[in-house]
Amino acid sequence: MSLRIVVCVKYVPDATGDRHFADDLTVDRDDVDGLLSELDEYAVEQALQIAEEADDAEITVLTVGPEDAKDALRKALSMGADKAVHVEDDDLHGTDVMGTSLVLAKAVEKTGYDLVICGMASTDGAMGVLPALLAERLGVPQVTLLSEVSVEGGPEGTVKGRRDGDAATEQLEASLPAVVSVTDQSGEARYPSFKGIMAAKKKPVESLDLEDLEIEAEEVGLEGAWTAVESATERPARTAGTIVKDEGEGGKQLAEFLAGQKFI
Amino acid sequence: MAEVLVYVDHVDGAVRKPTLELLTLARRIGEPVAVALGSGAEATAATLAEHGAVKVLTADAAEFADYLVVPKVDALQAAYEAVSPAAVLVPSSAEGKEIAARLAVRIGSGIITDAIDLEAGDEGPVATQSVFAAAFTTKSRVSKGTPVITVKPNSAPVEAAPAAGAVEALTVSFSEQATGTKVVARTPRESTGRPELTEAAIVVSGGRGVGSAESFSVIEALADSLGAAVGASRAAVDAGWYPHSSQVGQTGKSVSPQLYIASGISGAIQHRAGMQTSKTIVAINKDAEAPIFDMVDYGVVGDLFEVVPQLTEEIKARKG
Ligand SMILES: Cc1cc2nc3c(=O)[nH]c(=O)nc-3n(C[C@H](O)[C@H](O)[C@H](O)COP(=O)(O)OP(=O)(O)OC[C@H]3O[C@@H](n4cnc5c(N)ncnc54)[C@H](O)[C@@H]3O)c2cc1C
Ligand SMILES: Nc1ncnc2c1ncn2[C@@H]1O[C@H](COP(=O)(O)O)[C@@H](O)[C@H]1O
Repeated sequence: MSLRIVVCVKYVPDATGDRHFADDLTVDRDDVDGLLSELDEYAVEQALQIAEEADDAEITVLTVGPEDAKDALRKALSMGADKAVHVEDDDLHGTDVMGTSLVLAKAVEKTGYDLVICGMASTDGAMGVLPALLAERLGVPQVTLLSEVSVEGGPEGTVKGRRDGDAATEQLEASLPAVVSVTDQSGEARYPSFKGIMAAKKKPVESLDLEDLEIEAEEVGLEGAWTAVESATERPARTAGTIVKDEGEGGKQLAEFLAGQKFI
Repeated sequence: MAEVLVYVDHVDGAVRKPTLELLTLARRIGEPVAVALGSGAEATAATLAEHGAVKVLTADAAEFADYLVVPKVDALQAAYEAVSPAAVLVPSSAEGKEIAARLAVRIGSGIITDAIDLEAGDEGPVATQSVFAAAFTTKSRVSKGTPVITVKPNSAPVEAAPAAGAVEALTVSFSEQATGTKVVARTPRESTGRPELTEAAIVVSGGRGVGSAESFSVIEALADSLGAAVGASRAAVDAGWYPHSSQVGQTGKSVSPQLYIASGISGAIQHRAGMQTSKTIVAINKDAEAPIFDMVDYGVVGDLFEVVPQLTEEIKARKG
């Protein structure tokens, strides 16, 4: 049996762009260029490596997001994933992490999976909780924040990995099916080759909406959100500080400043 | 008054500072009831009582150490059911966020992560967050269920507020999922003898400009003269000059000290994401155009190998 890997990837506004909020206090996704979250490239990379090690494997990349999110799927396909699933529905606008995890859980189940691989966090929301939520909803082990990951024994096998936590480094092990997330320490992601980019154009992208997933509109979207943003204020630009050029006394001048601020 | 559950982060009974900060915030919205799990749980009670915990619910079982996250979720859920709190507060560590998130799904609640402040509001607690690499500050609340909120270190002062802190044993029955992910080995991180990066009042960081692992001793010497923690940019970590546990930024630690000193760091958006909320920011960089200078209170354009040792000497001299 083939090892079925589903990689969850998010389409995010470019972090180096001028990110801001729309009038309804959702993340503005129109004015800033979007891309496949860099942290999810690590998830695609680990999926490809696990698939290369396995006898037989199939990688599906999955995203929940607007029309443009197809770009993220194309990028993942051009890196080498086999097929894609795009959950897209107007009623999804403004969905928070609780809703997104519900949609992803249903989509993962519909797709069929032995292993789900996520990034460590999205580069926009940066909550880093979705993989745990997904594991909770699917009722399968969570093996998260791995800087090293491997799978042994195919679809009925085990996943092993190293988690570098705050207080300790842990070696983890769980039986499949499971949800994994990988960090940016797991190994640089490959660049799509020209051949990969050409091949990606022919790979299937399935579109699903809320009805396909048997989710009611009220359960998701801005109305269905479990949290409410009351205000978003642009942080005042830091007042221009003092900048001095070191002419041999820079360290002393800095000490003087620190002493003035009572740090010394 | 309504009770507020506070999840305790401790190492063998030694309560970590962010938990004490949570108690300060919890007292703004109700009476803190602490939940301490694992080895040394009962030993946390005295400290928690001093800082306002009216009750300390404790549980210890091999499962907490032997399996990842889920046993702790089971225990926190048991505490939630026993107390019916007005809110649940959890320290914003990687593990804390995962525990909080899973609890939130189970109890049908919304979750807010990485709050940097918390106040009582008419419709429940209002959390302040810093988003888009600290370019925006948002205020949010949980609109469904009992608010579950994770709070970053250095978000509130630690305050003495003596309370009863009576220890009560919590009965936990583990779920089927509890033993899903086995921790087959654990290597505790070696102590550096310096303050914890996320908790430190002063952080001194080095980047690619430091040039080598050996040269980090220049950064360490400055840190030690100030009693500071040492941080590093991803470029320095990727080069193998400093451990990943010291990385500051989007995919490393997020710090919010009173003083942040960046040496040989350009100030990329992903680095700023982890330090922009620092109160006072100082940078030393030989490139006057480096973006870090846009955000500093004081900057020195110069060679860090000249400036930093001179600064260290001057601090030592002033401290006597
Ligand atoms: C998804 C993603 C996540 C990331 N996460 C993080 C993160 O968590 N943390 C992080 O830091 N980065 C992160 N990065 C990387 C980030 O984009 C930058 O590449 C990184 O911060 C650069 O590190 P640096 O400032 O040390 O190096 P550089 O940008 O190379 O800057 C080095 C600076 O040192 C100065 N310099 C050199 N020699 C000297 C000298 N002798 N004296 C004084 N100054 C000198 C130079 O002028 C230069 O400004 C991430 C990137 C991505 C894509
Ligand atoms: N809309 C989405 N579609 C697909 N995957 C997502 C989406 N949002 C989050 N993820 C996955 O969950 C991980 C963590 O996201 P977060 O909890 O939002 O920081 C990401 O790295 C992705 O792998």
